[in-house]
Amino acid sequence: MIEIGLSHYLTVAAILFTLGVFGIFLNRKNVIIILMSIELILLSVNINLVAFSVHLNDLVGQIFALLVLAIAAAEAAIGLAVIVVYFRNRGSIAVEDINLMKG
Amino acid sequence: MPGVCPRMPHIGETRRMILQAISFYAFAAITIAAGVMVISARNPVHSVLFLILAFFNAAGLFVLLGAEFIAMILVIVYVGAVAVLFLFVVMMLDINFVELRQGFLQYLPIGALIGLVLLVELVFILGSWVIAADPASRIALPTPAITDTTNTHAIGQVLYTDYIYLFQVAGLVLLVAMIGAIVLTLRSREGVKRQRISTQVSRTREESIEIRDIKTGSGV
Repeated sequence: MIEIGLSHYLTVAAILFTLGVFGIFLNRKNVIIILMSIELILLSVNINLVAFSVHLNDLVGQIFALLVLAIAAAEAAIGLAVIVVYFRNRGSIAVEDINLMKG
Repeated sequence: MPGVCPRMPHIGETRRMILQAISFYAFAAITIAAGVMVISARNPVHSVLFLILAFFNAAGLFVLLGAEFIAMILVIVYVGAVAVLFLFVVMMLDINFVELRQGFLQYLPIGALIGLVLLVELVFILGSWVIAADPASRIALPTPAITDTTNTHAIGQVLYTDYIYLFQVAGLVLLVAMIGAIVLTLRSREGVKRQRISTQVSRTREESIEIRDIKTGSGV
């Protein structure tokens, strides 16, 4: 318990990942919380990458973590822009109403 | 990481381990608690603030792992940019969040079931995997010892040489995301007077001045 190893970090990352997936199911109506859950999932992936990088003494994992960070920032910006445009057009961000393309 | 810590050589091995364990459990517990609050908070503004707390504590975990650069980037990028963006959107949109929370309890059982299944799967994976034999030979890029260079220095030396193309592509993705966000949200509202330099410059004398003959003493 006292010696902190790789599995401790992997456990934290696994719990965070599950929380993110759980959050997507729990807040089915609120797109903003869904986006935040996706950020939590990406954070857990980053924890995994950095933990393995340190454990295996390989620097590439941290570079991957940096790239994941960049993609996550881009994804958040685009997602929030889509939400703003959708709210402007429909006056609501309820996910269940987003079926305009349905035939 | 056994052995004497190069950054704190005056601290004994046992004491260092205890310190590390205490910090790890504190950071991990706060991260997970903040994660729970993100998905269950009643007010989305509180959700964003708990997300910031989660990111700060994850940065603490990264510092504990020895990846200071990622930790600082996490604070700068996530707390400084992404979370503020979230906060801005949550506060700007006039949404009835109580209405959006309806059905929260309805989705709770199925969400809990799927979350539980996922967690059990992850625990199984955690319990059963093994690192391949001789992992040292598969290292793509060995981390230099902390006594030689700092983490930031080591990443910089690799990122701008071996991984320059990935770095450039990441920059390109960010550029496209920026342009996309601007194009999506830009709108020209009707009825707002705005300076248009192109129309100002392209005005000609013929279309802006009209000369009329006015008889003296009769007015226009």
